[in-house]
Amino acid sequence: MRHGRYPFILSFLVLPVGLYAWLVILPFAQAFQISLTDWSGSSNSFEYIGFDNYVNLFKDERFVLPALRHTGIILLVMPLVTIALGLFFAFMLNLGGRVRRGRIEGVRGARFHKIVFFFPQVLSVAIVGILWKQVYAPENFGGLITGALKAVGLPAPANGFLADTRFVLAAVIGVLVWSAVGFYLVYFSSAMASIPRDLYEAAIIDGAGRGPMFFKITLPLLWDSVQTAWIYLSIIALDVFVLVYLMTPEQGGPDASSEVVGGVIWKYAFKHGEQAFASAIGVVLFFAALSLAVVSLRVGRRERIEF
Amino acid sequence: MATDTSAPPEAPAAKRAPRSEGNVLNVFSQGFLWLWALMVIVPVAWIVVTSFKTSREIATDPLGLPAAPHWENYVNAWTNGNIGSFFLNTLFVMVFSVTGTMLLGSMAAYVLARYEFVGNRLLYFGFAAGMMFPVFLALFPLFKTLSNVSLLNTYTGLILVYIAYSLPFTVFFLTAFFRTLPSGVAEAAVVDGAGHYRLFFQVMLPMAKPGLIAITIFNIIGQWNQFLLPLVLLSRNPDDAVISQGLANLAMRQGYEGDAGALFAGTVLAMVPIFVAYVIFQRQIQAGLTAGAIK
Repeated sequence: MRHGRYPFILSFLVLPVGLYAWLVILPFAQAFQISLTDWSGSSNSFEYIGFDNYVNLFKDERFVLPALRHTGIILLVMPLVTIALGLFFAFMLNLGGRVRRGRIEGVRGARFHKIVFFFPQVLSVAIVGILWKQVYAPENFGGLITGALKAVGLPAPANGFLADTRFVLAAVIGVLVWSAVGFYLVYFSSAMASIPRDLYEAAIIDGAGRGPMFFKITLPLLWDSVQTAWIYLSIIALDVFVLVYLMTPEQGGPDASSEVVGGVIWKYAFKHGEQAFASAIGVVLFFAALSLAVVSLRVGRRERIEF
Repeated sequence: MATDTSAPPEAPAAKRAPRSEGNVLNVFSQGFLWLWALMVIVPVAWIVVTSFKTSREIATDPLGLPAAPHWENYVNAWTNGNIGSFFLNTLFVMVFSVTGTMLLGSMAAYVLARYEFVGNRLLYFGFAAGMMFPVFLALFPLFKTLSNVSLLNTYTGLILVYIAYSLPFTVFFLTAFFRTLPSGVAEAAVVDGAGHYRLFFQVMLPMAKPGLIAITIFNIIGQWNQFLLPLVLLSRNPDDAVISQGLANLAMRQGYEGDAGALFAGTVLAMVPIFVAYVIFQRQIQAGLTAGAIK
């Protein structure tokens, strides 16, 4: 068994590591390099211009600044709402039922709810985009919400929700939450299932209501899961683009009011031919993701409760 | 609710309090759960109904039912919209990309989990770090890399990229999984004269089956939903599109041609196999996807 150890290790690593280095690590490294040049992407000539792209980035009021603002909003709102709803629904499923003989029960039909809630997660983002674009569509295109608002006699935005600068970002965030909640419901639900029932039964005997039970027992014991969920959702929030691309007018409009960082990178790289500038935005996004992970792992660490 | 300070004889009264509270809460929680369930069911069911309407009905009567099911939408989606061939394209790509991901991923993860050598930790963190990289940053260099070796706009190129970008999570997850496997069985196999390769393929892989299934489901769903990579790397010939891309193209074209019915029919056609697979395998899918998130 000793012999052939290193040849074996090498033979198993050469393909995965090689492919990974070639198609993942190297392109990322190149992007860092490109961000320091003035390369358009189409010609072969470029010069190093230092950090000029990074300086100009924060002067771009047409695309980059709105995009940073919107991605920031998504980053703050989307994980928070998704986690809150996921926890709420998971708690309701597991412990929202009646008390029988001192035992709390979950609600009826928990299995059904889980299946339904989770379904958007397996729909491809193209389907989700097309579906919701029509739901938000203006009345004369047969939108669901505008049609329903009209049916009950309420006013609806004339051009639908996605062509309205006031609603478009909220509409996109709504779809993001809609597709993610089911996943975190199932995730938190399985974490909740591992909390011993005795803790809740003891709480009932002490006369605690569900509110204190949730905040004093469930939440502290789920803290690790919540933290993991928060990191995952934050990374998703930073990478939001496909829905914006599929749903909104001008892929980030109207008037850049749903422009996001990913979309701006894509626009500069593949529409405007400003490679170097696009890469600089990408590097900023990279460091945002990195510091996010570091911060959440540092700050989020609480004392772990063993159970 | 009131705190229970009563003496033992009054305990039954105190017990009634949480029961009634439970009933109110039960209605409350059922209410909220149903509200969300409807928020999922209504748009999906509505788009199915809409896909049977004529374009006129879609625009003028969004909430009504179609006068008669307009099957033509489905015929149009299938023939003009090419939904069938987009399916086959996606299937073709994924047969290779998922197999490749699982093979390369489990090989790397196995070696990283069970063999000590210089650089082990470095490689492991190298893979794990990849989970955080925003793909946007690499898009253009990746585009150039593939075009340099003439793999741009080819399935081979797309398959290799899918594998490479699925590796971080696959390796991360499977390394943890291989570490948990008992070493007793492996030692017994070695005593019986199994070499490194036989040990991996005949002993360790079968033992890792639950983990492999979970992460395979994770990768199937992830690669099926992929949109950004094909958008950039497989954009020349619209007939070559994978399903998500093909649907998006159909949606763009619908803007000019105004055949909304065909678009929704195509969307429903793309949804049906996912729905069927989901209903049959929902337990495994939920377990597979959430296992991914639990470290």
